[in-house]
Amino acid sequence: MITVLSFYLFAVLTILSGAMVIMARNPVHSVLWLIMSFFNAAGLMVLLGAEFIAMLLVIVYVGAVAVLFLFVVMMLNIDFSELRAGFIKNFPLGLLLAAVLLAEVLIGLGAVGQGGIALGTPDGSAAVPADMSNIKAIGHLLYGKYLFLFEAAGILLLVAMVGAIVLTHRKRGGVRGQIVSRQNARRPDEATVNMKPEVGKGVQL
Amino acid sequence: MTIGIEHYVVVSSILFVLGVLGIFLNRKNVIVILMAIELILLAVNINLVAFSAFLHDLTGQVFAMFVLTVAAGEAAIGLAILVLYFRDRGTIAVDDVSHMKG
Repeated sequence: MITVLSFYLFAVLTILSGAMVIMARNPVHSVLWLIMSFFNAAGLMVLLGAEFIAMLLVIVYVGAVAVLFLFVVMMLNIDFSELRAGFIKNFPLGLLLAAVLLAEVLIGLGAVGQGGIALGTPDGSAAVPADMSNIKAIGHLLYGKYLFLFEAAGILLLVAMVGAIVLTHRKRGGVRGQIVSRQNARRPDEATVNMKPEVGKGVQL
Repeated sequence: MTIGIEHYVVVSSILFVLGVLGIFLNRKNVIVILMAIELILLAVNINLVAFSAFLHDLTGQVFAMFVLTVAAGEAAIGLAILVLYFRDRGTIAVDDVSHMKG
């Protein structure tokens, strides 16, 4: 009973906050609704017994991606009311399109539920082991069968990181930076001058 | 009453459609478009994990992790391009991004 209740709680909240993401006037609110949506989706995945993915969702999405969004939204000085100009105009057609898409998906689901369509079955090479926790089983699979895919994902992240840095890095003009070689090449006799000022007069450098 | 896989698939398809609708409605605002793409990928993840749980096969969860990786990279690069575009133009309205056209 409690699983059914929590499923409906998480599902309804996920969908409602997903709707608020695209409806909210202020993109900062959109990001906050997105975080809410991710949290509830993580709850759904805990209900499914996928704790690792749920925690990953909270850590990676809420901790990194959503904060990145928040950072960019707040950093750029944007007039958001101007960007919403086409919202009302596009609304009826968009709603119609979305309704058609949803109806198609649900009809497809109903057709599969009627039977007669053979779905693929797992070959058993990645079956859930009975004596292992979820995270341990995923670890075995990730570092065994999917090792090369895992490393490819790492390279992908590296490329994304380098790409983001290269794209946004810029040289600023008029900034006095440190030049280490010139500092090291400096000798005492060119850095200091010995002067003998007369009484009552300043020093001309 | 028990929760079957259909429930999860319905939730994920509604979320997917919401993402598509978000792209359609906020055609000018790239930030919201990127967030809508995140919603779509979240729907895909829910689907993968639901099938993985109900078929007793862990491959779906491993692939959900890879989808997560790609989504993180995509968000980083997308926002970097957005910051560049804003520096260049002073706005992020994307319905006139055709200025690279010769």
